[in-house]
Amino acid sequence: MRDAAQIVLLLIVLSDLAILGTSRLSSCIRGLAAQGVLLGLLPVLIAPQLSIHAVSLALGTMIVKAVVLPWFLAWAIREAAVRREIEPIVGFIASQLLGALAVGLAFAIASRLPLPALPQPLLVPVSLATLMIGFIVLTTRRKALVQVVGYLILENGIYLFGLTQTESVPFLIELGVLLDVFVGVFIMGIVVFHINREFDSLDATRLTELTD
Amino acid sequence: MSGSELIALGILGVVAPALPGIAGKTKSLLTGRRGPPVLQLYADLRKLLGKGAVYSRTTTWVFRAAPVVVLVTLFVAALLLPVDGREAPARFTGDLVAFAGLLALGRFALVLAGLDTGSSFEGLGASREVTIASFAEPALLLCFIALVLVTGDLSLSGMLGSPLAAAWPRAGASLSLVGISLFVLLLAENSRVPVDDPATHLELTMIHEVIVLDHSGPDLALILYGSAFKLTLFGVLVLGVFVPRAGLSTPAALALLVAGLGVVAVAVGVVESAMARLRLVRVPQLLVGAGALALFATILQLA
Repeated sequence: MRDAAQIVLLLIVLSDLAILGTSRLSSCIRGLAAQGVLLGLLPVLIAPQLSIHAVSLALGTMIVKAVVLPWFLAWAIREAAVRREIEPIVGFIASQLLGALAVGLAFAIASRLPLPALPQPLLVPVSLATLMIGFIVLTTRRKALVQVVGYLILENGIYLFGLTQTESVPFLIELGVLLDVFVGVFIMGIVVFHINREFDSLDATRLTELTD
Repeated sequence: MSGSELIALGILGVVAPALPGIAGKTKSLLTGRRGPPVLQLYADLRKLLGKGAVYSRTTTWVFRAAPVVVLVTLFVAALLLPVDGREAPARFTGDLVAFAGLLALGRFALVLAGLDTGSSFEGLGASREVTIASFAEPALLLCFIALVLVTGDLSLSGMLGSPLAAAWPRAGASLSLVGISLFVLLLAENSRVPVDDPATHLELTMIHEVIVLDHSGPDLALILYGSAFKLTLFGVLVLGVFVPRAGLSTPAALALLVAGLGVVAVAVGVVESAMARLRLVRVPQLLVGAGALALFATILQLA
């Protein structure tokens, strides 16, 4: 179980790097969905024994993060007719290098943090790496929809960090967080859709110009 | 030194020209064509060796030396690799840098020969080859660094020999990342599909093929054999990481070597028929991705 969890965590970092390197929005969303499935597997894999708590958390995570949100984002790109990120503020090669740097930094920071003994030592560095990569995507891309993807990766990082505490956090709070994220993305998706209607573009840099 | 390394090297030299054939055959079969026979390259080499060479008047000794330098550097590099899975004929601390350097020297000679012809096409190919190499070489060294950290041994014989087999249960994740990264490098260094198309004959899209346009006869034979041998060397690297053979008896290790090289060639063929060639501007991104994988493997070992 421990090894399986380790492999899942490594695959999560790989999906982060993959999302960082693709320009096509649909591939980004597919990467995000794959990451959702991996995140859903984790609570079951790191739980000391199979409990209803872990299984329901896994199911809830998978439904929201691997099915509903990607489906919704896919709907949004179809409606808004955006296909790819044309010119990110930081290029794809540079952002991939930044991502690799972020992974290194995450491991360096995690090794210095005074942490209690965790069920899975890789959990903290991977969560920090995911957090930072989400932040890179959020800040360096121009298309509003990719920024939503970046926000979701950021949230996945926070979720991973939360997994270190699954034993002590009540189940309802976690479901509440999932619901919050879902509603947040829902609103963002609708806003993005309306921006696209109004401005004929999803380029966030153009939102600085005031129009009547 | 026992005999098995030399036998393994001999096998490597003999089977090398079959590898591009197997890759090409796989590609043909997967796309519903019959394709050239697997052993076509052997016939081509024999034909070319029987011909005379034609040299342009603008070329100098640089051009004539290149095929020999390419082949010799590859042979010397092969001496550093534990082809039979245990021990290389030559080993010393830090020979991994020598291995990368020898490959770079061979490429340098080939690129100089391309520039020596004075043809703009070959200059174009030389510039592309060097551009790609500048991304591939750091990635190769990063792979080696990760392997050094996994096995704690600073020579190729140790990295790919018995310490590696012992490291798999402990560092399987890093090793698989390194293996995947090495396979991407195999495709890039040997001008296979996502980076270059070995079948193309349009000068504007070629990378490796365009540099050797002016070579003919025995020179071309040496270069063709050299590129097949380089593919085999990278195949041995990938195989060494994924299939440690240190604990096996000599015949089993050698049989596994030949079978494994066949599998690598088939994998190359499958990738070639499943993917299209990437646009030239996207190639560095692929190689940076491979480098990022190797870096990640390194970080995992440091943590």
